[in-house]
Amino acid sequence: MNFDFSDDQKLLQQTARDYLAAHSPLSTCREILESDAPYAAALWKGAAEMGWQGAVIPEEFGGAGFGHLELAMIAYEVGRALAPIPFGPSVFVATEAILRHGSAAQKSAWLPKLANGSAIGTFAFTEKPGQNAAEAIAASVKDGKLSGVKLPVADGDVANLAVVAAKENGETGLYLVDLAGSGIERKTLESFDPSRSQATIRFDGARCEKLAGADANAIARLLDRAAVLTAFEQIGGADRALEITRAFIVGRYAFGKPIAANQAIKHRMADLWCEIEIARSNAYYAAWALANEDAELPVAACLARIAAADAFEKTTIEMIEFHGGVGYTWEYDCHLFYRRAKQLAGLLGTPKYWKNLLIDRLSTKKGAAQAA
Amino acid sequence: MDFNDTPEEAAFRAEARAWLEKNARPRTSMTPTISGEDLTAEIVKQSQAWQKKKAESGWACITWPKEYGGRGATPIQNAIWGQEQANFETPPDVFSIGIGMCGPTILTHGTPEQKKRWIPKLITGEEIWCQLFSEPSAGSDLAGLRTTAVKQGDEWVVNGQKIWTSGAQICEWGILVVRTDPAVAKHAGLTFFVVNMHSPGIEIRPITQINRGQGFNEVFFTDVRIPDDQRISAVGNGWAVSITTLMNERMSIGSGMGVGAIEDLVGFMDGIEIDGRPASEDRQVRERIAEFVVKARGLKYTSLRTLSALSQGKTPGPEASMSKLVGAVLQQHAASFAMEMAGTSSALRGEAAPAQAAWQERYLSLPGLRIAGGTDEILRNIIAERVLGLPPDARADKGLAFKDVPTGPPKA
Repeated sequence: MNFDFSDDQKLLQQTARDYLAAHSPLSTCREILESDAPYAAALWKGAAEMGWQGAVIPEEFGGAGFGHLELAMIAYEVGRALAPIPFGPSVFVATEAILRHGSAAQKSAWLPKLANGSAIGTFAFTEKPGQNAAEAIAASVKDGKLSGVKLPVADGDVANLAVVAAKENGETGLYLVDLAGSGIERKTLESFDPSRSQATIRFDGARCEKLAGADANAIARLLDRAAVLTAFEQIGGADRALEITRAFIVGRYAFGKPIAANQAIKHRMADLWCEIEIARSNAYYAAWALANEDAELPVAACLARIAAADAFEKTTIEMIEFHGGVGYTWEYDCHLFYRRAKQLAGLLGTPKYWKNLLIDRLSTKKGAAQAA
Repeated sequence: MDFNDTPEEAAFRAEARAWLEKNARPRTSMTPTISGEDLTAEIVKQSQAWQKKKAESGWACITWPKEYGGRGATPIQNAIWGQEQANFETPPDVFSIGIGMCGPTILTHGTPEQKKRWIPKLITGEEIWCQLFSEPSAGSDLAGLRTTAVKQGDEWVVNGQKIWTSGAQICEWGILVVRTDPAVAKHAGLTFFVVNMHSPGIEIRPITQINRGQGFNEVFFTDVRIPDDQRISAVGNGWAVSITTLMNERMSIGSGMGVGAIEDLVGFMDGIEIDGRPASEDRQVRERIAEFVVKARGLKYTSLRTLSALSQGKTPGPEASMSKLVGAVLQQHAASFAMEMAGTSSALRGEAAPAQAAWQERYLSLPGLRIAGGTDEILRNIIAERVLGLPPDARADKGLAFKDVPTGPPKA
């Protein structure tokens, strides 16, 4: 047993950290937050040159041919930097969907573009607030034409390609839509975290192609995989938030001593550290399950998702509190983390959804074990 | 990253399982036994017999050196043994303190003669050990202890009182930290000994806990004489030796947290109705249980990360404090929640409430676990100061000779 990342994987991580330190300081996130630009285009291009978007895409399609453990390390660093790029939706969902379920033609058409960053992918799944159930989807496909409204779609305003969940003859499936085609109307929506873009897409008889390899469980499996990788992104953000907070409370003096010397603060810092470690351990386990296509992946993905979303959110809440008044200002970076934590927590269904899913999956497993 | 056994690990696991199958019965119930409580002569006998059996076949003290009767194996192999043994019914363990804390301390700080003298009989279970650290006025502030030892010829004469000593009444030996110099700062005036628990002048009185168990004792020392060759490490080095014991204690308490039972809540939910509907359909119930399971699994995988670090030759640091801190709070909250789900019958205990009796017992025992081996508050200080590098608490006794340290409010 070796429950750790390899030296090569850690080296790749360090390279990613160095690159992002140089090309995506927190001011890059803030620039996107404060401007109309939907994402940092130069950073997106640079990331592609580093091979990140194509990390798990095979070399024959222009990717780096790495495994998911390597991608997890990159996801962690993207999270640490609060990189304002459409990485998760394009790499964790759209690319995964085509890799797993696409035909040879679909792979050839899209994977090279996704790998070199010339195409941005996204996942058009939910249609209304509070929804995560594949059964409730109203978007429908008939004779290769898709109709319906998706809301919200992360990066829906800038994506070139959408993987869309829709029903055909009463069965839910996944469909590829080239967003340059006709019958598509997109609108940028106001984003809670303006460093990441949100949109709604109306499909009105838009041309689509079925991902034929996707069966009834495909959406759940896709969300599981994305949840594991997003957990690393969230833990990266939580680690960075804790580091910044630590530096602040050690330097900030009140009553003649650093505020970090007060147990009211240091004990809560210790609790946050524990929350993040619990999340890290769950995420490591899930990464192992993902990389090995293990039968534990559905349960492990829930564990990783819940722990990482909660740890990131709790850390950013305390981050503002421990900074005091300045933490509440637009000028300080705390709110960048505070927003991103909530944005990522909602992206693939909130922890509430994943907690119920975890209990379903544990109960099913228990039932299966009893029947056996 | 690989969760699967290497071929060597698989071979070791098969060997361990084969031996266990031949020598023990498979476990039928996951209900945890609360060890160290109500130690009848029969339980002690069973525990010693099992230890002896393991020692004779090389399955006791897996990581300890061969020359003293250990197996000389790796921490990973020890963990594999633990995983396999957990699948079998074994007697309550009266050696957890001796093997978990006393042995490692002597192996780290003792002389070769001391190791030869004590380690082999610890391994075979012939001699049971206890830990004499806490005092009525020295708990979290352990270094403020007041039991004294004064040198007389080749012996030390000990006077004072220890408390919270598990199993003192059944032990042959105890590890003891005492003050040998009150004129220096508190940490510098301590010395570490091994004391024979049958020595004249030792009096043991059991303490009744809130759950009516009697796992702990008070131990009184009146002119107890200890030969100087039972001193561990140098005079005045007792604090450093004690830290070795305490780190091992936190690891062994933390690793035995029984967090696996948290997932039993998923099944527990099946037998309960809320407002006429199965509890398993109540979203709040489901979400709370999910939160407990996430923490419990996170602790389990954290221990695997720690093992990986050990196998790479790294020493577990202060981060080992986490498993006890998070695990004890988690179990207390889970037990409280299970009782809440049980509704009005949570007012019952034992055979009057068989379905949830284990949770009631846990709810009564968990406050002790949050205190034993370092309170939650001390553990948070350790994580904050040693892992996160935050400033230490202000100490009013800093730099003072122990005899000048305030011990109560000023006299009016």
